[in-house]
Amino acid sequence: MSANESAPPVVAGSTNEPVVVFEDVSIGFGAEPVLEGISFRVERGETRILLGPAGVGKSVLLKLVNGLLRPDSGRIFVFGKEISAMRESELFELRGSIGTVFQEGALFDSLNVRDNVGYRLMEEHLPEDEVTRRATEALRFVEMEHTLYKFPSELSGGMRRRVAIARAIVSDPKLILYDSPTGGLDPITSTTIIELVMKQRDVQHTSSLVVTHRLQDAFTLATHRFSREKNGMEPLPPHTADANTSFLMLHNRRLVFDGSTAELVHSDDPLIRAYLA
Amino acid sequence: MQVGGYSGGISGQGSEVRDQRSGPACRTRRGKGGAPACATLKLRSGSGGYGIQSAVSLMALETIDTAAKRGVLAVQEYTALSVRAVSNIFRQPFYAGDLFQQADIIGVGSLPIVILTGFFLGCVLALQTASSLEQFGATAFTGQLVSMSMIKEIGPVVTALMVSGRNASGMASELGSMIVTEQIDAMRALGTDPLKKLVMPRIVATVLMLFFLVILSDTVGILGGGFVAVAMLGQSGSQYFHTAYQSLEYMDLLQGLIKPVFFGLIIATIGCYFGMKTKGGTQGVGRSTTQAVVWASVLIIVTDFVISRFMIGIFGR
Ligand SMILES: Nc1ncnc2c1ncn2[C@@H]1O[C@H](COP(=O)(O)OP(=O)(O)OP(=O)(O)O)[C@@H](O)[C@H]1O
Ligand SMILES: [Mg+2]
Repeated sequence: MSANESAPPVVAGSTNEPVVVFEDVSIGFGAEPVLEGISFRVERGETRILLGPAGVGKSVLLKLVNGLLRPDSGRIFVFGKEISAMRESELFELRGSIGTVFQEGALFDSLNVRDNVGYRLMEEHLPEDEVTRRATEALRFVEMEHTLYKFPSELSGGMRRRVAIARAIVSDPKLILYDSPTGGLDPITSTTIIELVMKQRDVQHTSSLVVTHRLQDAFTLATHRFSREKNGMEPLPPHTADANTSFLMLHNRRLVFDGSTAELVHSDDPLIRAYLA
Repeated sequence: MQVGGYSGGISGQGSEVRDQRSGPACRTRRGKGGAPACATLKLRSGSGGYGIQSAVSLMALETIDTAAKRGVLAVQEYTALSVRAVSNIFRQPFYAGDLFQQADIIGVGSLPIVILTGFFLGCVLALQTASSLEQFGATAFTGQLVSMSMIKEIGPVVTALMVSGRNASGMASELGSMIVTEQIDAMRALGTDPLKKLVMPRIVATVLMLFFLVILSDTVGILGGGFVAVAMLGQSGSQYFHTAYQSLEYMDLLQGLIKPVFFGLIIATIGCYFGMKTKGGTQGVGRSTTQAVVWASVLIIVTDFVISRFMIGIFGR
């Protein structure tokens, strides 16, 4: 939590600026504060796993990142632009390079899978067959290409989640926000989805923020890498962790941990110990 | 362009910013008013009714106060939403596809009920006016009275009420469901302005379609009146249609054609507003739907009075 005094990124568009910067951000609903004094960064190509108990404000934090909510105080920079000072109309363009997977999927229930996944491309008025091609490609990535013309109501929860991931990645975003992509799913489906997140991280090198309740998923992400030869994940050598994956932990409105996998496991903060136990 | 600090697609941070603003005010009020009042209740419960009375009056004041604030806030929000959505007509991208789809749902979908109600209203108007006019031996004016009331009042108001029952509710429930399932947030996250994609086409389609539906309703109503006059009252058809046509003046037509424009605006903006500010799950969607129809209907009738008063004041008809 050192971003507090560090200067905001100056040059917009420079290659090594952080993708997301939070500076002392607070937000509340009514008189009730939800998040207070949150500061952290997501560097380019980094995957940050956001942990915390239910109702602590993880979803709220993600919605702050793409400007769906606005902070009461503090500043938020995404791709070097201060989004907390931008108007809604300016945000729409910026959101074009952010992919969001909502906690409940939030698929458009009156559109079929192809139109859901290709929504952003259709908004850009790409030709129909181009939309179909790219939607199919994104769906193949999540192994769902056989459901192109089904409606969300005809899919299972895990399938919906995977379609939501396809919708988020279809336009090759530079940043992906995953809100509990494995929430409420069985361990096998969860692993499949974590594998997808990993694939996106290791194949496309996209920066991301991943919210999860399941510690197991978090550690799988940190200790495995995606192997293209195997087309699946494989464990890293023992006692090593992915260098681009690190942790954030929220507790009681505040950010109580910001550091690497090793730091998390060896932390002797009682709060973190209790959470990891 | 942000009207009155309104910034979001009302769903997300727009309404939440409001909540934050009103929240502390309500809460402190509750703290100051509510808690001590309860204390007096306890302290004085043995000695008399004074504590209870002051508690009740405090609570009443508080309720009126917060209700008034909420009302003002709602009007402000509603205006902001309407202005922003309408100003989007001239801004890219223009969602022509969505506009046609809405025009189809609102216009073509309302045809049967508009024709049916228009026809039978014309019929009943002819019956009633003829029986009143009979007392003065003036049944010859049936056509004039039917066409005047159809075009100036009944056509626009009843058609608008019908369309409001069909479409204000439809819009509120559709947008409301999208809010509670986070689909509106998803749309914003995908870079689309819901005010452009969802609200603007509904407003334009309703205004356009209601205009033509009212003309249709007027026509069918006058025909229905003619049918009753000729077939049931034994009047001369040529006399009916002659008086119906001849008595009309420009100002009557103008009044009859201005009203649907306002009514269309009311139906769509109220429907979308209540849809977009839906809170609290399925029940919230139901509440929004009901409120949308109630408010749209009330506003249509009030606006009808205002426009009539205005037109009569200026043009004398
Ligand atoms: N739109 C809103 N209006 C009012 N309060 C809200 C709103 N959104 C979130 N909150 C409150 O903010 C707090 C954090 O909510 P959030 O959804 O971020 O939790 P979370 O960490 O994502 O929980 P979970 O792990 O269960 O998904 C909760 O107390 C919730 O009641
Ligand atoms: Mg959540």
